[in-house]
Amino acid sequence: MAPAARPGWPPEPLHLLLYGSGMARFIFSRLAIGLVTLFVVSALFYLGTEMLPGDVATAILGQSATPANVAKLRLSLGLDQPSWLRFVNWLWGCLHGDLGKSLASGRPIATLLLPRLGNTLFLAACAALIAVPLALTLGILSALHEGKATDRASSALSLGIISMPEFLVGYGLIIVLSVHLGWLPSLGTVFPGMALGLRLKAMALPILTLTLVVLAHMLRMTRATILAEMAAPYVEMARLKGLDRRRIILAHILPNASGPIIAVVLLNLAYMVAGAVVVETVFVYPGIGQLLVDAVTKRDLPTVQACGLVFAIVYVGLNTGADVLALVFNPRLRHRR
Amino acid sequence: MKLFGSRLSTPALIGIALLVAIVGAGLLAPWIAPYGETDLVGDVWAPPSLAFPLGTDNLGRDMLSRLLFATRTTLTVVILSTIVAFALGVAIGFLSALIGGLIDQLISALVNVIMAVPVLIVALMVLAVLGTSVPVLILTMGILEATRVYRLARAVANGLIVQEFVRIAALRGEGWRWIVWREILPNAVPALVAEFGLRFCFIFLFVASLSFLGLGVQPPFADWGAMVHDNTAAINLGGLAPFYPAAAIAVTTIAVNLIVDWLLSVHARPAGIKE
Repeated sequence: MAPAARPGWPPEPLHLLLYGSGMARFIFSRLAIGLVTLFVVSALFYLGTEMLPGDVATAILGQSATPANVAKLRLSLGLDQPSWLRFVNWLWGCLHGDLGKSLASGRPIATLLLPRLGNTLFLAACAALIAVPLALTLGILSALHEGKATDRASSALSLGIISMPEFLVGYGLIIVLSVHLGWLPSLGTVFPGMALGLRLKAMALPILTLTLVVLAHMLRMTRATILAEMAAPYVEMARLKGLDRRRIILAHILPNASGPIIAVVLLNLAYMVAGAVVVETVFVYPGIGQLLVDAVTKRDLPTVQACGLVFAIVYVGLNTGADVLALVFNPRLRHRR
Repeated sequence: MKLFGSRLSTPALIGIALLVAIVGAGLLAPWIAPYGETDLVGDVWAPPSLAFPLGTDNLGRDMLSRLLFATRTTLTVVILSTIVAFALGVAIGFLSALIGGLIDQLISALVNVIMAVPVLIVALMVLAVLGTSVPVLILTMGILEATRVYRLARAVANGLIVQEFVRIAALRGEGWRWIVWREILPNAVPALVAEFGLRFCFIFLFVASLSFLGLGVQPPFADWGAMVHDNTAAINLGGLAPFYPAAAIAVTTIAVNLIVDWLLSVHARPAGIKE
């Protein structure tokens, strides 16, 4: 799932031009690549959804609309303009907070989307606060005890969770914690102005589900990253010096693996934002994922485009952050010439 | 027991046994299912009993029979998508590595852009435009997952092209077809087989998620994800109806993962490294 390094990209001359020397330059160029990616992705999303069969004006008015009405609406929606011009206008509007109007409800998308984005980010942040420290600790412990009973148990358990669809984890938690024990509400109903305590109680099961799913991924990737370093010559040297396994991992491998591990964490946070789509549907939590699914069901294209753009921004942003941080934390690249 | 010249581990044997059982259940569904796929035979969400071993679903159909029949839909959609992903990914990946230069860079850049956004989000956008039907579903997932296969196929081919035996074949004047079919492909098979299993798992969970969101396989057909979608309301009544199809999904992916883990441990580890 995790995007790995990009072999052969960018090409060598471009590489020199972009990367040149020094950290600042690298970070700058990486941010520029991120922005370009985002631009291309949004263009693909917008033009792709526009060019495929189906006309927005017909979609609004229905199949029985008269051609005159359709033509009038096309004009008022600006559908007579070439698609690249509409894309530029759309992007310009998005940059100014105007995401267009929903076809389904006629309301501005920005007012629908922003509170829900806040809800999704809050959910993801809560899950991250629990999952990240736990996953790193367990991943390191697992690597320390490789092959022993504790490591085997955590490997089997995390493989099990990864193999389950997110909704199975969610429903399992509902059955046990909500239906049988009655401890927590099964629906993640939150509304503006809700007291924090109540809100957290309503969100407990979605947070727990998301935490479990991400925890399993992050734990396995942390463990694999540390074990991958094991084959390096400096580890063999440390072992020949007679250092014990604990010291080799904590003092020698961990500093070297910190870059990749931070990348692992950020990639999983990005994964979490996408996984939230399913988790939000399970718990009927009013987040942006649910908005996207609703919009797809109703074929409300402007809302779908806006949600897609937001997901792309979060995802590309976290991926770019992962690349930059991985380099900042890699001592070998700090003095790059 | 041996496969690809290596001893099968116990977990891999368990995985193979589970997979054979699941495929068998799907193939034999019309003969072993106690009721028809669409027969209304009992109350809504009847609890498990002798007549209905797993109870009934949201319309009063026998859960076990539905589950057995849905095995066919589920596996067909997933296997076809995986084959599309592989055919596209391996073909374009190999060609990209062989041709190199600007074309290679362009294809790789495009793949990187598609991979910059989660598959589920892209798939939702495509389904919003084209609507949900099984062919659209298979092609969408096949093409999106092909980007991941492309990356692996290209990397493997790039690693093989520089090997002596490929150079020697080129020097003795073999055509590019010979080089791809006789030199590169056989050596890429172990990595590709493991990747096939991994992609199968991802696509499997992916179809299940889409169907669960109500955007995958549409009625009157049903796969396991759609069965979970249909029966979610039973949860709050304390019923277990959505658990059976969800568990079937989990068991299948675990079975394939066990086999993939073994394949990777046999072939991905360089000879001599043992920790």
